[in-house]
Amino acid sequence: MAENIAITWRRIPERYRLAGTQCTTCKTKFFPPRKFCTACRRKGKIESFSFSGKGKIYSFSGVHSAPAGLELEIPYVLAIVHLAEGPKVTAQIVDCTEDAVKIDAPVEFVFRKIRSDDPEGLIHYGYKFRLVK
Amino acid sequence: MFMRKVAIVGVGMSKFGEDWKRGFRDLILEAGRRAIEDAKLSGAEIDGMYCGTMAPGRLIGQEHAGALLADWMGLNPMPSTRVEAACASGGVALRSGFLAVASGHHDCVVVGGVEKMTDVPGADVVSALGGAGDQEWELFPGATFPGIYALMARRHMLEYGTTEEQLAAVAVKNHENGSHNKYAQFQSPITIDTVMKSKVVASPLKVFDCSPVTDGAAALVLMPLDKAKQHSDKPIEIVASAQASDTLALHDRKSLTSVWATEVAAKKAYEMAKVKPKDISVAEVHDCFTIAEILAIEDLGFFKKGEGGKATAEGRTALNADISINTSGGLKACGHPVGATGVKQAVEVTWQLRGEANGRQVKEAEVGLTHNVGGSGATAVVHIMKRAY
Repeated sequence: MAENIAITWRRIPERYRLAGTQCTTCKTKFFPPRKFCTACRRKGKIESFSFSGKGKIYSFSGVHSAPAGLELEIPYVLAIVHLAEGPKVTAQIVDCTEDAVKIDAPVEFVFRKIRSDDPEGLIHYGYKFRLVK
Repeated sequence: MFMRKVAIVGVGMSKFGEDWKRGFRDLILEAGRRAIEDAKLSGAEIDGMYCGTMAPGRLIGQEHAGALLADWMGLNPMPSTRVEAACASGGVALRSGFLAVASGHHDCVVVGGVEKMTDVPGADVVSALGGAGDQEWELFPGATFPGIYALMARRHMLEYGTTEEQLAAVAVKNHENGSHNKYAQFQSPITIDTVMKSKVVASPLKVFDCSPVTDGAAALVLMPLDKAKQHSDKPIEIVASAQASDTLALHDRKSLTSVWATEVAAKKAYEMAKVKPKDISVAEVHDCFTIAEILAIEDLGFFKKGEGGKATAEGRTALNADISINTSGGLKACGHPVGATGVKQAVEVTWQLRGEANGRQVKEAEVGLTHNVGGSGATAVVHIMKRAY
């Protein structure tokens, strides 16, 4: 489903440079950023935290049947990446074929076009990951 | 806690499938009429309705389904509430109806579930179902529901050695069961080869690992147990209803190889019903993908964690084996009109406990269980039912 301009604009820090948060009470790191610590609840204190963009493949799949808007992308590799600082994130793995991807393989953040199917001509950018050689 | 005992006194469903001739209203009306006739009600006794439907806004452009259904069933001014919990909408609607009768607030409640899915192109259905996951942080970056369950399958294969052939065995067993169910979308048996040679959707899952897009509806009637005998020779008591929540996004879960919400809901349900997993003889579990049935039979305690694939391949979940799983054909073969599924599961278990599951009857079925999941496990609902005659 295409996202409108307001949603896209609101999410620029997270999607363009993995801007997250952490709770200074329990040290849990959040990506996507949460503004309320789910462990400490009202005792939590949230501040900004920047992720390094380094991580490992936790699980992956080669997607061959696309949702609306990504028809031209298939096949692509979908993965859950375990970020070095703790949280996991769902993203595409690029610059390789599915055969090259293995669980636990190290990956790094890359800034890429995510989709450009918006009727208003909006191009969505954000994070993907690639294997570290 | 004061609670009245609650019984199912009538059930009905539409034929599941790709049904271009009939719309949303036709489907739920058919299921609702059958349930009300099965309960020998005139209609005047009904004092509440809950209907599970996930995405009519995206699929047919219609919201406000509660009022719509009361209107078209001629049940105004009865209160009628739409319930939405993604693919668990039907199960949560059943729980809502159960609580309404158990609390003493309502005396005769119709619980329905419906989804009309084939009025829009396939890619739009994929996107609408994506709403069951985290739109901004899973779907936007490129996840699809087959993709999300594929991520779970891949971990299960890594951690427990589950194989693609074992996943395929789930589909083969459910198609076999579906071949004995006249309401099922698919009534043809398949082989392991059929599954293994089908097109890859999201590796390691193939077309035959996935439940289909389906039009359909199911309905049932709930009454206090002490009044149930007036309406049914074979009332079925709901002895447990439990629900649990977990993170919306799969990547936020502690484990990808068990569904925590299922484990929590199952534990509560077994305690409430005072039964153990080994007491269950028939269960309808949420097999939206083959891996989901393997996770379910482990998380519900029927098999040890990691042994679900092996148990299925050995035939231990087939009709009248150790435990009969998905006798209706499950979501895989009976079909998965998402909002209807949780209610259909209870309809099938009712037929089994009444001894009316022609051609696929579980011998001496005394206690049955239904398990309905929303999204990749953010909602799980478990009901346990017993013969009350």
